[in-house]
Amino acid sequence: MTDLAATQTIDPEHGHLTSTGVSNEKLAMWVFLASECLLFGGLISTFVLYRSKVLPSVPGGEALPLHESFDIPFTSVSSFVLLMSSMSMVLAVSAIQRGDHRGLRSWLAVTALLGTVFISGQFYEFYEFVTVKGFGLTHSPAWSAFYVLTGFHGAHVTIGIVMLMGTFLLSLRGRIPQERAEAVEIVGLYWHFVDVVWIIVFTVVYLIK
Amino acid sequence: MSDASATLESTGHTGTGTGKGQSHPTDKMFVQVAIALGVITAVEVAWSYLPWGDATGLMAFAEVGGLLFMMAIKFVVVASRFMHLKFDQGVLSRLFYFGLLLAILVYVATLTTFEMWSPGSSGFTPSTPFPHV
Repeated sequence: MTDLAATQTIDPEHGHLTSTGVSNEKLAMWVFLASECLLFGGLISTFVLYRSKVLPSVPGGEALPLHESFDIPFTSVSSFVLLMSSMSMVLAVSAIQRGDHRGLRSWLAVTALLGTVFISGQFYEFYEFVTVKGFGLTHSPAWSAFYVLTGFHGAHVTIGIVMLMGTFLLSLRGRIPQERAEAVEIVGLYWHFVDVVWIIVFTVVYLIK
Repeated sequence: MSDASATLESTGHTGTGTGKGQSHPTDKMFVQVAIALGVITAVEVAWSYLPWGDATGLMAFAEVGGLLFMMAIKFVVVASRFMHLKFDQGVLSRLFYFGLLLAILVYVATLTTFEMWSPGSSGFTPSTPFPHV
């Protein structure tokens, strides 16, 4: 046996020979998520730099710190909803690994529903800021940084919901057998990443004054 | 029977890798982790409502440090349990945490460039005011 062959292991899902013991698809998702750390790191850093650069909502008024405009109890509930969606996602992965297709679809639907609740909350929050409090995207550097950071995260959640619904439909058509459980796991990795990013955003943007 | 299928049958592998030799997590464990995350979030929010006032020095360190500590715990718990890093091959942990460390170092350097840590600094001030200022 050659040295190369000695270090290779077989990916159980696809029968591919890989030098890491991980399938190419799963490795690719992890590389993508590692690169996403840099994207969100940039957006969070920008917010930290600009967070104090606020302007009055009306000419001549007082420039309130950003956090005084936030509804912390509301956002806390949204954060809890997103955390629970991570639990339902991991239960969906667990279900398909057992061959429980009905369980997979149920937990995928719950995850997509919780994600939709989170996004709806974000829309409501943005609506309140823009129309009631008068803080739009171009109001001040602090608000621009806030909208870009949370907006990018919201876009990631929306893409995640589309992926969940796609997985749900594929499962309905019988295209996700137990042997393809890793496909659901890869969607789950993306979803959990969106959750861990929010864990940071919630603390840095909303809780730290 | 091919070598690949032979290995598959012998390992009985159905999904998540167990490259670290950890036992496979159970649904009960996932629910317990979710409850713990919910509790930590509640403590975090309560912590932010404590009467810190305009905390400075040690109090500011306690306020911000406490929040960052709880945030880090939640991050690691989700990554290790829900994302299976604790149970999967070590290469995935190394890959992800290296990317995270790189991001932290890059942006700490960036914030340092903008004198974020200087006393009295409250962030980046543009050299020219924005048009509507």
